[in-house]
Amino acid sequence: MAEPKTKYDRQLRIWGEQGQEALEKSSICLLNCGPTGSETLKNLVLGGVGSVTVVDGSKLELGDLGNNFMVDESSVGQSKAKTVCAFLQELNDAVKAKFIEEHPEALIESNPSFFSQFTLVVATQLVEDSMVKLDKICRDANVMLIFARSYGLTGFVRISVKEHAVIESKPDHFLDDLRLNNPWPELRRFAETIDLDVADPVVHKHTPYVIILIKMAEEWAKSHGGTLPSTREDKKEFKDLIKARMIASDEDNYKEAMEASFKVFAPRGISPSLQQIINDSSSEVNSNSSEFWVMVAALKEFIANEGGGEVPLEGSIPDMTSSTELYVTLQKIYQAKAETDFLAMEQRVKKILKRIGRDPDSISKANIKSFCKNARKVKVCRYRLIEDEFNSPVQPELQKYLTDEDYSVAVGFYILLRSADRYAANYNSFPGQFDGEMDEDISRLKTIAVALLGDLGCNGSTLTEDLINEMCRYGAAELHAVAAFVGGIASQEVIKLITKQFVPMCGTFIFNGIDHKSQLLSL
Amino acid sequence: MTAATPSRSRDLDKLLLRPGHLVGPNFEPGPELREDIKEYVKVLVVGAGGLGCELLKDLALSGFRNLDVIDMDRIEVTNLNRQFLFRLEDVGKPKAEVAAKRVMERVGGVNIMSHFCRIEDKPLDFYSDFSIIVLGLDSIEARSYINAVACSFLEYDTDDNPREETVKPMVDGGTEGFKGHARIIMPGTTPCFECTIWLFPPQVKFPLCTLAETPRTAAHCIEYAHLIKWDEVHSGKTFDPDNPEHMQWVYSEAVKRAELFGIPGVTYSLTQGVVKNIIPAIASTNAIISAACALETLKIISGCSRTLTNYLTYNGVEGLHTKVTEFVRDRECLVCGPGVLIELDTSITLRKFIDLLEGHPGLLLSRVSVTHRGKNLYMQAPPVLEEMTRSNLDVPLFDLMDKIPKDIVHVNGMAGKGDKKQSCLRKLRVVFNGIDGVTDVDMAGGA
Ligand SMILES: [Zn+2]
Repeated sequence: MAEPKTKYDRQLRIWGEQGQEALEKSSICLLNCGPTGSETLKNLVLGGVGSVTVVDGSKLELGDLGNNFMVDESSVGQSKAKTVCAFLQELNDAVKAKFIEEHPEALIESNPSFFSQFTLVVATQLVEDSMVKLDKICRDANVMLIFARSYGLTGFVRISVKEHAVIESKPDHFLDDLRLNNPWPELRRFAETIDLDVADPVVHKHTPYVIILIKMAEEWAKSHGGTLPSTREDKKEFKDLIKARMIASDEDNYKEAMEASFKVFAPRGISPSLQQIINDSSSEVNSNSSEFWVMVAALKEFIANEGGGEVPLEGSIPDMTSSTELYVTLQKIYQAKAETDFLAMEQRVKKILKRIGRDPDSISKANIKSFCKNARKVKVCRYRLIEDEFNSPVQPELQKYLTDEDYSVAVGFYILLRSADRYAANYNSFPGQFDGEMDEDISRLKTIAVALLGDLGCNGSTLTEDLINEMCRYGAAELHAVAAFVGGIASQEVIKLITKQFVPMCGTFIFNGIDHKSQLLSL
Repeated sequence: MTAATPSRSRDLDKLLLRPGHLVGPNFEPGPELREDIKEYVKVLVVGAGGLGCELLKDLALSGFRNLDVIDMDRIEVTNLNRQFLFRLEDVGKPKAEVAAKRVMERVGGVNIMSHFCRIEDKPLDFYSDFSIIVLGLDSIEARSYINAVACSFLEYDTDDNPREETVKPMVDGGTEGFKGHARIIMPGTTPCFECTIWLFPPQVKFPLCTLAETPRTAAHCIEYAHLIKWDEVHSGKTFDPDNPEHMQWVYSEAVKRAELFGIPGVTYSLTQGVVKNIIPAIASTNAIISAACALETLKIISGCSRTLTNYLTYNGVEGLHTKVTEFVRDRECLVCGPGVLIELDTSITLRKFIDLLEGHPGLLLSRVSVTHRGKNLYMQAPPVLEEMTRSNLDVPLFDLMDKIPKDIVHVNGMAGKGDKKQSCLRKLRVVFNGIDGVTDVDMAGGA
């Protein structure tokens, strides 16, 4: 049947067959199926996750019809989980949709082992106390967790996973791995076979810029005691030298060479962020280490030995003005070097696996190859336990947010969202949830917020009256548009975590629905 | 504390009925506001695709009762991973009709009119009827057209300030993969689409000589088969990207060429992607951008909160980045400015006027149709209308405009040169020379 693949065509172009397969194998649990939860799952069911389990103990009320598309009038009074589940199933019959009519808070208290069956739990609209408990359960069971909440014109999304390593981070813009500042012998030798001053103008304008730059860098080094251009003047002079070699004004290859000349000046070796990963204590591997860290350990050895300070070559080149023949030959030279580097890495991976008492063939060639290709771009994300963040947020960051104008509304919402939960714990309702006595709610919320700031070590800080008023006005309303935004982000992060592609967000995302100056807070 | 009586607008009421400090300048909270939005506000959603489906749902659940949706496309299988109002059995049906029906089935009290046609097929009157226009499009040309339509209603007072009752707000969204934007356009106040057209650079095409002589990538081989080889072999037959046999032919030709040159990477999927210029799309980004657009629509209409000023960019590739930029209007903008000033003698016929527009360096219009205050003076199409209005061509424009010495005229036509022509709408300020009441100062104002 060709249909499922065609149906997913537009997303396969983003995360490929492998990403899709990971999604189809995953099982997702949703806690609370108000609009925030329902919208999160809608996006995941459309994308084709394996199964979803909706947990909600409430009955459908009239008010739910006003903010949730996945419920309908005929179901008022019935199980909300059942109604939402039925609609989700309608969206994609390849997904197994189940529901459990139970309150998430009760499940967290009474049956913590329930959560261990899932790949990932999306917990929506939970208050602090339940968040903290669920977080510990999921951390212990090694289940990925995402919190999402909509509250008036604000809300948040927070990932909680011990560690998430990404090989295929697929950044938007990343410098091609061309080694123009450090060509290996085969590439150098190939460049030597080409004469930049060839008389035939057609050949001259079809010499790829990679060759032009390698040769000109070599010429420069010869006349500058082996060094490459480093000062501003050097760089300008180098560019002028390239320009001087043009024999016609329409030579795109020389224009490309001038534009790419900075690649010759780029520092050799690895980036600080990769250095940090290599230095991480997890790269001291043992029998329990993940595949990722075993490969990092191999990478560390590679860089120190045959890599000569560089990672394995990526092996692909961008399109550039060139004759077909020169381009294809160049492509093959890059591929051959990448293959040599891969083989060296593979040997190192095998040796390390053997050393730590594991099957030397337990990491597939494909995975090692992918790691080599992406070695410059690997990422590691770690998330604090939510309890740790709540009790001791990172002080310098918090202080910075409280005084930085760009962050003031977002951090204000962060404090007020937490204050609202404290409020609810004290008074059994959220501030402004019911009509009347708004002034009293405002002053109570303010008192709680001031106390919370004190607990967090920010005694001098205050929140604006306007924002406190605003929070009470919201009265814990779950607006559909806000829920769709917050749920949209939660589903996007789920996809990144499950496909292990792209980089999930670090920190707490605070939605600012007033002027859209939302922020990620690293607390 | 009193428990609220059950109501569908339980959550929305908190925002619409309660006063706030961080709200719009004209916010008047209360049940009347909620009822007015239900009863009197009409929202047009342009596009019923990835963004449009989400927008209709979001707006229907944000207190709006009167929605219209316009889209010329039919449902395809590849829409189903994100256009959640459509099912497999809907493939082939008009998007606008199915989307409207599905939302009305689920959200009680909402009335959605669907329009299965091109945006250019609707008269100006159609667009002037809406309180706000929300765009969920994937084409620059379509955005540009709707923008010109909305800006054509705009009039300025003698102090060069936009007259409030002529301002037609727009909210525009767009996505590509994990990235997107949402913006609000208040014609005359914030930049219109044309003021910031540089935000949408034209797509770079491969030079034909590369395709023909020095192919290097799989895409070059595919475009060679598509743009060069097809015409060589199929003389006169146009290539149809929706015909699987045509696509298959291009694919196999591309494979042959790639083998000839030793170029790797030609696949059927890539062939489709290159030939149809497919933009990857996922449910989550569409949901996020549409939600932002719907929320801004609610805020602009109700004043229940300050709004975005005026452009939000979103990127979820690496972590999560949102950025708000306040772009500024281009004071010289042909579209949202006061209109191109055209000075005429009272004797000029409509035919002469049309000829003049074709030669006007700032306009370069061809196939021109002319309307004045909703009245068609000359229409190029459909043939019935052309015949009905043809006799006007030899009448002086001054007479056709009821001898009004100075007024706005709307012209519709094709702009640009060569193969870059696109349909467009322009607002002109026509001033007749030598008529009392028109002073030099007046005319200088818009020059
Ligand atoms: Zn403009």
